[in-house]
Amino acid sequence: MTAEAAARVGVSHTARFSPAWVAERLQGAVLHVAVISLTVAWMVPAAGLLISSFRHFTDINQSGWWTALAPPYNFTLENYVQVLQSSNMGQSLFNSFMITIPATLIPVTIAAFAAYAFAWMKFPGRDWIFLALVGLLAVPLQLSFIPVLKVFVSIGLVVQNWGFVGVWLAHTGYGLPFSIYLLANFFRALPSDLFESAEIDGAGTLTVFFRIVLPLSVPAIASLVIFQFLWIWNDLLVALIYVGGTKSVAPLTVTLANLTNSLGQGYNLLTAAAFISMIIPLVVFLSLQRYFVRGILAGSVKG
Amino acid sequence: MDLSLLLTDVPTLVVVIVGVPAVLGAYILGGEFLVRRLPDRARGSVRPWIWVAPALFFVTAFLVAPAIGTVFTSFQSHGGDWIGLTNYQRQLVDFPNGGAWIAIRNNLYWLVLYTLFVLFFGLLLAVLFDRVPYESVVKSLIFMPMAISAVALGVIWKFMFWYQPADAPQTGTLNAIVVNVFHQAPKTWLTDPNVNNFALIAAAIWGITGFSMVILSAALKGIPADLLEAARVDGAGEITIFRRVIFPLMMPTVVVVGTTLVIFALKAFDIVYVMTAGNFGTDVLANRMYKLLYQADNPGGASAVAIILLLAVIPVLIFNLRQFRAVEARR
Amino acid sequence: MSSVTYDHVVKRYTSDLTVVKDFNVEIADKEFMVLVGPSGCGKSTALRMLAGLETITEGQIRIGDRVVNHVAAKDRDIAMVFQSYALYPHMSVFDNMAFPLQMKKMSRSEIDKRVKQASGILGLDNFLKRKPKALSGGQRQRVALGRAIVRNPKVFLLDEPLSNLDAKLRGQTRVELQKLHRDLETTFIYVTHDQVEAMTMGDRIAIMNAGILQQVGAPGEIYDHPANLFVAGFIGTPTMNFVPVTMENGNAKASGFDVKLPKPVGADKGILGFRPEALTDRIQDDGSTLEIKVEVVERLGSDQFLYGTAGEDTITARVDPRMKVAPGDRARLGLDLRGIHLFDSQTEKALL
Repeated sequence: MTAEAAARVGVSHTARFSPAWVAERLQGAVLHVAVISLTVAWMVPAAGLLISSFRHFTDINQSGWWTALAPPYNFTLENYVQVLQSSNMGQSLFNSFMITIPATLIPVTIAAFAAYAFAWMKFPGRDWIFLALVGLLAVPLQLSFIPVLKVFVSIGLVVQNWGFVGVWLAHTGYGLPFSIYLLANFFRALPSDLFESAEIDGAGTLTVFFRIVLPLSVPAIASLVIFQFLWIWNDLLVALIYVGGTKSVAPLTVTLANLTNSLGQGYNLLTAAAFISMIIPLVVFLSLQRYFVRGILAGSVKG
Repeated sequence: MDLSLLLTDVPTLVVVIVGVPAVLGAYILGGEFLVRRLPDRARGSVRPWIWVAPALFFVTAFLVAPAIGTVFTSFQSHGGDWIGLTNYQRQLVDFPNGGAWIAIRNNLYWLVLYTLFVLFFGLLLAVLFDRVPYESVVKSLIFMPMAISAVALGVIWKFMFWYQPADAPQTGTLNAIVVNVFHQAPKTWLTDPNVNNFALIAAAIWGITGFSMVILSAALKGIPADLLEAARVDGAGEITIFRRVIFPLMMPTVVVVGTTLVIFALKAFDIVYVMTAGNFGTDVLANRMYKLLYQADNPGGASAVAIILLLAVIPVLIFNLRQFRAVEARR
Repeated sequence: MSSVTYDHVVKRYTSDLTVVKDFNVEIADKEFMVLVGPSGCGKSTALRMLAGLETITEGQIRIGDRVVNHVAAKDRDIAMVFQSYALYPHMSVFDNMAFPLQMKKMSRSEIDKRVKQASGILGLDNFLKRKPKALSGGQRQRVALGRAIVRNPKVFLLDEPLSNLDAKLRGQTRVELQKLHRDLETTFIYVTHDQVEAMTMGDRIAIMNAGILQQVGAPGEIYDHPANLFVAGFIGTPTMNFVPVTMENGNAKASGFDVKLPKPVGADKGILGFRPEALTDRIQDDGSTLEIKVEVVERLGSDQFLYGTAGEDTITARVDPRMKVAPGDRARLGLDLRGIHLFDSQTEKALL
């Protein structure tokens, strides 16, 4: 053992009992306690509801959810069974898919076309139009509802005639500014050499788009798809305006909101309904969190 | 033919999933096919418009044109007569309790409290979590509420805020704490005008903090480690390092997150709609607009409220555009 | 025939930003031509105009006898290797090389044959299934070359292809590229800022500065007979010594020494130039001599560089490493008159 190593061992040996060592350990402990208790506190609201959803109606009314954590354990699925039978959850789940899938596909595709032009083609007014899109990111959707509804009604583009077509189109319009912004920024960051090389190799605009830009942008497109999917799945306002609360067409959010306002005392069903509405987004979120976070970072860190 | 039936069954969903991309693909292939038949010179000037046309159509039809339409509607009566500023006057009478004033006040509460607390919690969690090895787990737990709808979030918090009379067992988490730990009378969190706005804002903060944490955490990790080591070598304590090095470097990100939160705060709707429907003095502009449109059948008033909301957003919008141009100028 | 001709070519972005000015060069078939100059001199723009990536503001570019000003890049029958290699990151090595052939709608078997042939030449046979990310810098560089080779182009364009390689690999690749040029028997046009690459690889070198072509010639010719002060200073390390002189009776008089000019010149002022190796510690009878005050001595084993002053002028000398000299010494050195240049102080053109 060299003298230096011996000295090091000696130092660490004495340090173990020194006040500095104790302070450091204490600091570490305080940190872990702070982190874990903050996280646990953050989990309490959701955990409370989750536990309640597996309790009997009478139990929910008589005691807090935390009492269920102690034996005797008395959990049940009856809330879930009841809400799926009595209310409209099954149909709503289906409606949510019917609304969300096309309303995700259409704007992402159209945005990819536009973003390609904004990133790699030259045309008069390009920068100003793009700037206008950035401005539209902040404009409240409320501004558009009344005129669009008027037009929809006057041309008969309503749920009774055309099902969800109206809400697909509306979500397309609303989702485009963000989608174009995110994709154009990503496309623009692709190295220009690739495009020049492809040009010399004889690739046309379509080939470059489908064989180079799209495959290279899979991460950005995945982020955007997840983002748009969650935003539409979780949307209440646009669905209320263009679809409404009729049972046969209402998506999950609308049905759940109706339950909230109407059930009053029968709120045991609400607990189960809320979790049914969360299943899909949580699955999407937990399996694709990486892309979701990347999308958030790309969309919000402007520069 | 009753198309609504067709659009709500599984085969239709399949047709839509296959058909929509097919239509869009056919559009772009057809567009390129036509462009290639143009003379050389015209090709380059026509092609970009083929690629941006669908986007421009939708954005114009669903955002730009309607926004202009709303401006007009806000000056009209229900019958379509021009009535000048009457709709606005009706929304802005009887300060501080008439018209839209309560909603405006509440939006201000949201603006200040929601933005500041979300930034504070986001920064706190980002900094704390950065120092523990199980960072990714705790981050995902905090982030999870981002994935669920505001409606579900409203349900979750309705149970947090549940009220039972003082003699009954408290089943709401908060009231149980108030009664059993602090030995106070239970509060009616959602109907008591002294606390209900803050209760709604707290629920909203819970839902969005993950968003600010994730972005701020990324910015924190973007700070070069050398810089912090240099500061440590220079003898700065951890708190000084945060105040004098980390925070100033994260400031641009804090500003970007802050402006986004301000927009969220101004547009607040779902949580209010689900938890109180804007009653008991918790109304906000977006909810008021919805009520005026659907419950009061007053499109003029609803439009006026929407324009007030737009006016509130404009400073943020201008700020965003400036930021964007500054970034563009640097590239 | 795949000669390349630049005929009075101009590239102008705005009325006051002209990056290539009246550029005239004829590059012969199968020649290895190097365009060299400091960054921003317009050499890349000149190459990119030939590739069809930039429009030509004025003049003509011809490949063989065909004017290509308005021919699309893909129809010019050229191939280009980019500084970043521009490999498609999501495609395998095979697909990267096959891509240009697929664009030509070539049959699958023909594509296969050509890619295999190119990968054989470049030693990439074992890497065809890999993605570019899984390759070393040198391998990526060869894939980029392969993608150019498979097309069997009339002209190869290379834009700083070695600058992303480390020094050792760069040396090897220089040699390989020259060999490739011999084997392919195709015109190469090679852009670089590195004078060593230019001197070692080019059949001829074209030196550019500030958008203007300075001199075209074989490497030795340019080294020995630089046409102007810029070329003289750009080529050669350490750089040529420049000393302001006045002419008196056929002598060039500097602040610290005189040199007898080999022939009379019609100017009374000028700038005398001589390379560090024109100075020697062996003084010959017919040469001039000068005394320098040595400030720094660098011994590199094979060489010894002396940095010092003669009168008011800074002088660098490259002398025999066995010469004994230390900082602070005064050293008398001989100047080989065959190695002196004289430039006009206004026009900077060579006078001798």
